[in-house]
Amino acid sequence: MSNHRLIVKNLTVSYDRVPALHHIDLELSCGHCIGLLGPNGAGKTTLIRALANLIDKESGSIELKGHFESKLSPRISYLPQRSAVDWDFPITVRGMVEMGRFPELGAWKSFSAHDRSVVQEALSVTKLLALADRQINALSGGQQQRAFLARAWAQEAEVYLLDEPFAALDANAQSELQVLLHEMVRLGKLIVVSHHDLKSVPELFDRVILLNGELIASGTLAEAFTSENIARTYSVPAFTGEPR
Amino acid sequence: MGCILIGFTNGYLSTFIVLRRNALLADGLAHALLPGLAVSAIFFGLNPFGLFLGALLAALLVVLGGKMISHNSRLKDDTSIGALYIFAFALGILLLKYSAVRIDLTHFLFGNVLGLSNMDLWLTYGISFTIVLSLTVLQRHLLLVIFDPTVARSLGIRVAWLDYLLIGLMVMAMISSLQAVGVVLSLGLLILPAATLYLLSDSYPTMIWGGALLGTTGAILGLLVSYWIDVPSGPSIVMVLSFFFLLAYLFGPKYGLVRKILKSSHLHEESLRRWKK
Repeated sequence: MSNHRLIVKNLTVSYDRVPALHHIDLELSCGHCIGLLGPNGAGKTTLIRALANLIDKESGSIELKGHFESKLSPRISYLPQRSAVDWDFPITVRGMVEMGRFPELGAWKSFSAHDRSVVQEALSVTKLLALADRQINALSGGQQQRAFLARAWAQEAEVYLLDEPFAALDANAQSELQVLLHEMVRLGKLIVVSHHDLKSVPELFDRVILLNGELIASGTLAEAFTSENIARTYSVPAFTGEPR
Repeated sequence: MGCILIGFTNGYLSTFIVLRRNALLADGLAHALLPGLAVSAIFFGLNPFGLFLGALLAALLVVLGGKMISHNSRLKDDTSIGALYIFAFALGILLLKYSAVRIDLTHFLFGNVLGLSNMDLWLTYGISFTIVLSLTVLQRHLLLVIFDPTVARSLGIRVAWLDYLLIGLMVMAMISSLQAVGVVLSLGLLILPAATLYLLSDSYPTMIWGGALLGTTGAILGLLVSYWIDVPSGPSIVMVLSFFFLLAYLFGPKYGLVRKILKSSHLHEESLRRWKK
């Protein structure tokens, strides 16, 4: 499973005709946990949203093991910020994870044994089985994060895009999430995480992407996470359209 | 019969409106229907299909116009739709005043279920069928959109399209309740059932079916009350539903006010129980 690749070619994205990302070429393989680094305004969120099919591309293509864009949406899953969801929605954790099956089921198909087992697996990988019948409003921040991951797993996603998941989590929840992400990587998933705390990079990720409006470097920690590359990423202010 | 159906359909739809937080938008739409009704009354008289089309067009113009203004200016759409619907409402009152056809405004506002004609009934059947069918077919997609619009969009679901559909269904439901309970009071049937169930239940299927059941019950009880003590049917239906809402607000087993006040002792017992384990 781990030889699947996410291939991004010549990706350019702009907001109101001001480019936020220029000509990004990337080739990421499954089985890695990748940190997406760069200063504010470098286009980290933009890249994640473009990969998640949430914003229009000016140019370029995104491909996953031969699936082209229209077909790959359930395979690439975007994890929203926790505040994007109404946690008072009347549903249990299991119900929320079952929603991950909806794209596959469409309007008519009923829940099969296969669907149930996928949901069960998602809950067990994310260690939410004990909480499965709780209301989602009873979850803590870290558990909410895991519930998102479980739903994406139920969607049978190969690629997980996380936008600043470690922000606003306490130390315990952070290390739990870290363990879970590494477990998912071990099971062959590709995880891309936007992140701003450079100190924790070596323990969290095995590869990094350094971004500053354009691609500065991408590769293993030894190849890409060098002081020279970091300096290049953070010393040049990202292009914002303001005169300097 | 028509009234039961209206209660059921509106109650069923109300869960989606409440969870999508469209209750105030529904309020705006109800007011926006008025000029459409007035214009179609001027051109086609009191033909229900004419009224239906007029109201639908007026509501869509307000919603789409509001969205267009918010898209092209710095206003958010609550403001732009709010501004447009009150303009439409005023326009509707003026048009009614100067229209050649004599229409009783209170009839639109408060309805009269005993005045349902056969044609009205057929319209109600058609609309109820359309609403329940669309909501059933699109239920999963709608839930994804309501719960997590961003992820729904990344899955390729047309979020804006479903939003408009929900608004369209809302307008249709209002029009079908027009004769029975009136424009403004139809809101009661579109909001109160789900609002009540939301205070009682933690599962959306319960909310959907419970809302439909409560809408039906409210419609029947309200009719009986209006018959017994000789008051208009619209307000009496809304009063019955409001009474249930009040009960749920006060005495709901999990989220009720009384429970909240007594909660400290419950929590204590629970922690004691855990301690003993």
